[in-house]
Amino acid sequence: MTHKPLEGIRVIDLCVVWAGPFATMLLGDLGAEVIKPENPFVFQPMTRGAMARPPQILLERSIAWSGGLPRNEVGPRPWNYNPTFVSLYRNKKSFTVDLRRPEGKDILRRLVAISDVVYENNAVGTLEKLGITEAWLREANPAIILVRVPAYGLTGPYHNARALGVHLEAVMGHTLLRGYDDADPSANTAIYSGDYMAGAQGALAVMAALWYRERTGEGQTIEIAQAENAAAMFTHAIMDYSLNRNVQGAIGNRDVHGRAPCGVYPAKSPGTAATMDDRWIAIHIENDAQWQRLVEAMGSPEWARDPRFATNEGRAAHHREIDEGIAAWTRERDDYELMHQLQALGIAAAPVLEASRMFDDPHLRARDFFKTQTVRDAGTHEYVGPLWKFEKTPVEFYQPPVCFGEHNEYVYRELLKVSDEEYAALRAGGHIAEEYDPSVP
Amino acid sequence: MQALDDVRVLDLTHHIAGPYATRLLADLGADVIKIEKPGGDIARQLPPFKGGVPHPERSGLFFYLNCNKRSVVLDLREPAGKAALEALAKTAHVVVENFAPGTLDRLGVGVDFFRRINLALPVVSISNFGQTGPYRDYRLSELTLYGFAGEMYSMGLTEREPVKMAGTAALFESGAAASVAIMGALWAAKRFGIGQHVDVSLAETHFGGVDRRHATAIAYQFSGRKTIRAAGGGAGMPQGIYPCADGYVEFTNAALRPDRVDDMLGHPEWNQDPRFNDPVQRLDPAVIEEWNVYFLTWCLERTKREIWAEARRAKVLCGPLFSMEDLFEDDHFRDRGFWARAEHPELGEVEFPGRPFLMGKGGWQLRRVAPLLGQHTGEVLREAGVDDATISQVLAGGGAR
Repeated sequence: MTHKPLEGIRVIDLCVVWAGPFATMLLGDLGAEVIKPENPFVFQPMTRGAMARPPQILLERSIAWSGGLPRNEVGPRPWNYNPTFVSLYRNKKSFTVDLRRPEGKDILRRLVAISDVVYENNAVGTLEKLGITEAWLREANPAIILVRVPAYGLTGPYHNARALGVHLEAVMGHTLLRGYDDADPSANTAIYSGDYMAGAQGALAVMAALWYRERTGEGQTIEIAQAENAAAMFTHAIMDYSLNRNVQGAIGNRDVHGRAPCGVYPAKSPGTAATMDDRWIAIHIENDAQWQRLVEAMGSPEWARDPRFATNEGRAAHHREIDEGIAAWTRERDDYELMHQLQALGIAAAPVLEASRMFDDPHLRARDFFKTQTVRDAGTHEYVGPLWKFEKTPVEFYQPPVCFGEHNEYVYRELLKVSDEEYAALRAGGHIAEEYDPSVP
Repeated sequence: MQALDDVRVLDLTHHIAGPYATRLLADLGADVIKIEKPGGDIARQLPPFKGGVPHPERSGLFFYLNCNKRSVVLDLREPAGKAALEALAKTAHVVVENFAPGTLDRLGVGVDFFRRINLALPVVSISNFGQTGPYRDYRLSELTLYGFAGEMYSMGLTEREPVKMAGTAALFESGAAASVAIMGALWAAKRFGIGQHVDVSLAETHFGGVDRRHATAIAYQFSGRKTIRAAGGGAGMPQGIYPCADGYVEFTNAALRPDRVDDMLGHPEWNQDPRFNDPVQRLDPAVIEEWNVYFLTWCLERTKREIWAEARRAKVLCGPLFSMEDLFEDDHFRDRGFWARAEHPELGEVEFPGRPFLMGKGGWQLRRVAPLLGQHTGEVLREAGVDDATISQVLAGGGAR
């Protein structure tokens, strides 16, 4: 096996939902050993699914990324193959322990003592309630790097607000800044871009803190207030308000830098939006020369030769009229063919790809992007590949999305070296398990 | 001391994603030497501008992306520019670039150039679709990036076109992902002496992204189910965006905690209906529609801040839709010291988002505001031991100052 940038670094993943697990997945991709302690008596919602044992009808009524389980069945252990969970838990290990009981907490203390990083993104107060405070962790390991990812920070009037990405982004302005320019904001779909930002930067923060530790021997605590972290994505609007007191609003699919036309146009579709078979082509014209080439590609129709459209200013002023003309041309054409035709002319164009179609994309195939993994009870499937390609320290998927308690033997016996007697007692006490306790719904 | 103040980054990036990646390192102390072409980074031409008038030193976007960096103007087509680049590469720990694939090779300053200087020097290349593959030379913009690689298809109304995120959010996400790759390359070099080429495809940073894209793809692999384009975030009570007395609020509450919603609402009689408290019926569209009538009335009688206060107390997932004015005036972010202030020669006193995160030790500091074009050409080249004759040639070729 080749070297990995973070080999030998051990990370304890006390994470929930998306933002925290994304960070620890990136660390795992870079070679860190990521270990997730899980409690057989407590189900963390939106992490291994909505419920441990969801009724079939709940799956069917849930959005696909939450309810799309293999064969559309609940199956024997649904927590092992929830689509959201498996997308975030490759290259990680799982063991079980009940942190509400003293002997369970002592197991965590022993693991912290031999780890480098503890990463958590629970609601503020959750770990404190368990007595897992910064002081307690530092007593177990003075050089530990603790990362906390509260929604709005550990201090301030909103520190106790519950939030997913979509809520804190609303506060940071995203929801009023995105969406159709001619519709109510309630037309917006819930999205979680803040989780991407905080997750990626959490991985960065850990690696910077490790760098600092290498130089000084000292650990530290990092606080990523997710709302604050998300702000960079809205630089255009924040800086406009800061410099000019101008309050920006939603501009749909227009270019925020004003280059026109920029839009999403209907393409030849095998079906309708209701069956998710509608197709769209995104086209962005960045200068006058590109516009002229688009006009020629469309067969130089009279409407497009209108002198008003020769300049960006004119095109921006008559954007809707231009949209109609382009749509009339794209409507009966294949989205991929449009992409290739326009890209050959140096124009940024691409299909708005429904997710399942990525598996048919020749470019991603040529780059060997997808990775096949097998998850117990779920079977073998193709998964989306890593975020980057390292020439000499390649990202490998050495551990498929981890089953609940899959590494109990490894963590208890190899890492913590518990005696047979203690192991038996912990198993009898329900700490060590490969399934959630039957009392968990 | 800052965590990365022993790291020098030779930064050949422009526009948004690359500069954001290197700015995150600069924030933690890295000495980021920003190489600009004569005329400067294209981001200098992008709004918002102070006063709304284009000016290469008055872009708020460029300002935000390039704080804590030093600017050196080099014409890489000229021998003097190449010589200066070579001198800078000898002192660098990592090179980051985001030219179209093949561009630097054609100029004779590609990966091989840096390898000849230092085999252990990592080079991180950020490009639209990666360094290989049939779309290698394809163009990309925020819209087409997010449309193709991000989960835009399912955003918006079923009967309308898909709609993207705000501004250039997707490019910022890619930049954050690229910063992790740079740091990974630095670690591999530091620990194992490995120099290598890292290929960051903007598209791939989104295909594998956490915001619904990966999960949506694997849900299809598992079940054959696709995700329909629809407003809100699936079924729930309450779920999605609701109007209120002075704006809008967003809620999430699927089957999970009806008790918390009851608490938030103050237990009105209507909410005691058994259908409203059954985890399965709470996902039934007809039941939701009926409940929403009551809930909308409750919202419309309250302001977004009043609603959020009740939601916080009852631990319900909620966020008010803030405008930029709401955000700038908000006490929470003021109290926490989120906003930074600095004096810039062309922008005057600027207020902007400060630290991306708080580190107990060695974290974010504002050491310098965004550089003027070529502000540090002479200074940086002299530090790197470039001879005066070459520096003069560089400056004569548009290197400034």
